[in-house]
Amino acid sequence: MSGGATGWRRLVRMGAPRATKANALATVLALLLGFAIVTQVRQTRSEGLDALRQTELVGLLDDVSQRSDRLDKDAAQLRRTRDELVSGGASDREARKAARERLSSLEVLAGTVPAKGPGITITIGDPRHEITDSVLLDALQELRDAGAEAVQIGPVRVVASTYFGTAQDGTVQVDGVGVRPPYRILAIGDPHTMAAAMAIPGGLAENVRQLGGHPTITQSQTIHIDALHSPPAHRYAQPVPTATPTQ
Amino acid sequence: MIPAIGMVVGILVGLLFHPTVPVWMQPYLPIAVIAALDAVFGAVRAVLDGIFNDKVFVISFLSNVVVAAFIVFLGDQLGVGSQLSTGVVVVLGIRIFSNVASIRRHLFHA
Repeated sequence: MSGGATGWRRLVRMGAPRATKANALATVLALLLGFAIVTQVRQTRSEGLDALRQTELVGLLDDVSQRSDRLDKDAAQLRRTRDELVSGGASDREARKAARERLSSLEVLAGTVPAKGPGITITIGDPRHEITDSVLLDALQELRDAGAEAVQIGPVRVVASTYFGTAQDGTVQVDGVGVRPPYRILAIGDPHTMAAAMAIPGGLAENVRQLGGHPTITQSQTIHIDALHSPPAHRYAQPVPTATPTQ
Repeated sequence: MIPAIGMVVGILVGLLFHPTVPVWMQPYLPIAVIAALDAVFGAVRAVLDGIFNDKVFVISFLSNVVVAAFIVFLGDQLGVGSQLSTGVVVVLGIRIFSNVASIRRHLFHA
């Protein structure tokens, strides 16, 4: 402890003011040192690139240009990826559009959605009850021949599996649903073609007239077919997967 | 005591006047400051060793500063300025550390 005390005492003794020339010089030097420290600290804080040496600047420039090269490469790769994604998205959109069109035409065909469009309305009055299911079946065949795309008989939507029959009391049945005269058939397709097909000699109109019925055929620009068919779930038939159709 | 007050005054003056370092001096000032700090710590150690001498302090201070600046100048001329600056800073840093260790042993016996 005594050594530590001497140390402090020495410091204090030397710290006491002495009016020697050397002490004054030391003071000036210390003043300069403080001034220089502050100046340098300020300089370091404020200085930008202009205080750097040439070699440092060259190194910095090298560094920056290397980094910019790397970033350029990255940007090019990202741009390529983006282009691929964009074109992929476009072909996806095409595929989705085609699939949606297919779906809606199949829905019309399967009778699961309402349909509208130009077509004809056929009304068959049957005062003598001579019209049978086979007459309606013939009418349907002729309509299909003439290009009917959607057909409704009475309240029943006609689809691929539609069948005709006669109940025990003589009522005509379509898909198991009784249909009573006057029979009303709605068909969407080219109105002119279908009307002509109904009117040809030996066609539906003549047949019905021979049986004592009154056929009325009206063409119109908008026919609404809103009867729906609910398809049964298939128990046996399974679709066979095929190769994805290319677009 | 008076030199310490001088240093404080110098710091205050620097804070007040916002001096800028002349361009020719910019590479040398940091090294000169480190060299001067080395001289100051050496002086404190000499005081504690009981061998302090005002004249020696002034001369060592000035010579430290001049030599440090000269080494940096030489390095710049030879194209190894930054490496030589680093070398000088390392050497002076080691000296400052050993001086501070000696001062610490004198004052705290630790």
